[in-house]
Amino acid sequence: MTIKAKITNLHKYFGDNQVLKGMDLEVEEGEVICIIGPSGSGKSTFLRCVNRLEEPTDGTIIVDGHDITDKKADIDKIREDIGMVFQSFELFPHMSVKENIMLGPVETKRMTKEQAAAKAEELLTRVGLLDKIDAMPNSLSGGQKQRVAIARALAMNPDIMLFDEPTSALDPEMVGEVLAVMKTLAESGMTMMVVTHEMGFAREVADRVIFVDGGYIVEQGSPEEVFDHPQNPRTIAFLEQVL
Amino acid sequence: MDVYIDLLKESIPLLLEGLGLTMELSVISLILAMVIGLLCCLMNISHNVVLRTVSQWYINIIRGTPLLVQAFFIYFGVTGVLGVSMSAFTAGVIALCLNAGGYLSEIFRGGIQAVPKGQMEAGRSLGLSKAKTMWKIIIPQAVRICIPSVVNQCCITIKDTSIISVIGLSELTMAGKIIIARTYQSFAVWIFVGVIYFVVIYVITKLAKVLERKLSLDDKS
Repeated sequence: MTIKAKITNLHKYFGDNQVLKGMDLEVEEGEVICIIGPSGSGKSTFLRCVNRLEEPTDGTIIVDGHDITDKKADIDKIREDIGMVFQSFELFPHMSVKENIMLGPVETKRMTKEQAAAKAEELLTRVGLLDKIDAMPNSLSGGQKQRVAIARALAMNPDIMLFDEPTSALDPEMVGEVLAVMKTLAESGMTMMVVTHEMGFAREVADRVIFVDGGYIVEQGSPEEVFDHPQNPRTIAFLEQVL
Repeated sequence: MDVYIDLLKESIPLLLEGLGLTMELSVISLILAMVIGLLCCLMNISHNVVLRTVSQWYINIIRGTPLLVQAFFIYFGVTGVLGVSMSAFTAGVIALCLNAGGYLSEIFRGGIQAVPKGQMEAGRSLGLSKAKTMWKIIIPQAVRICIPSVVNQCCITIKDTSIISVIGLSELTMAGKIIIARTYQSFAVWIFVGVIYFVVIYVITKLAKVLERKLSLDDKS
């Protein structure tokens, strides 16, 4: 198995506040990792360090052979291969669904306009929203927005996809449609890191579940190990609250 | 009543001439002010301390002093010290564009900062550079947010051209003064002048509303 991402001794401070206190993780190609933990535990910060939306204070992160913590690294180039899906969707509201999806591939010169348009159609078919191709984001429901956001990230043909609480801003009845798209994506062999509160999804789809608390990876293992036989008292306490 | 109609007929050519100059002054000043405002705004949000300090002090000075003083300073002060001659029109344009530019830069900055932070992150995470994200994603949204305030500033600047009459430009307000000096009809002439300003600004705000609706991102269906 190839290692897609290798995170070593990751530390992150916001001012005096230490959020990450030395985290290590190796992500294999095709692996789906779900990151769970209480709010404020550092799980989102951890994920956001992986494409350097947050500057790590210390430690190294190697994604697909590139050291992204190297100050000289061409971060824009590296980010082209790391897809990101945000809690609040962050579709570009002044562009149609199609333009949202085409923007990345065209502006980074990965594809011509024609290729990107074809890609947009293909991806929208995949997330079940081909009929919305010319719609403006503000006319979509939350679940539809997030599916478009996933398509937008996939348009770059990323090697790894990061999901930062992708269903947390959704009305309950829309969570399912987004998780279904993510599940199909996982089954297609995409390497994924998912910060989530959806324990059902984590149990069903994850290859590995990581429990983060207080800036550390407290426990990790297969869904069965973490959910059914948690070892650490903090994991047990957390799971008791959410399950 | 006939007196006023005759007066109006008599005054109209001069008033329209004044309006022409007012509009010329406004349009040129505002176009330059947009450029100054955008540059100053970009300086203000840059990470370079020198650029930021310069633009902030420029804004402080513009905001902290009256336009009348700025106009006098440029027309009499600067020309005197530098020993250059400058037409009243040029001095008026410089004063107005520097003044409006300062205010516009703050309006632009407000617009850019009102775009959610996640939009920049979304652009960057697609591999777009900061400049490209700014240009393709942030600024188009900021422009929409800014429109009402920019229109407001345009109205203010159009009216501020009347202040420039003090350095001897026969724009609309000055034209009114000239007519009154000849006819002693203060009451009627100031109404004429006021109505002309009002109509111009009313039309502009209505047009701006159309533009605002056209650019609106809300669901129109």
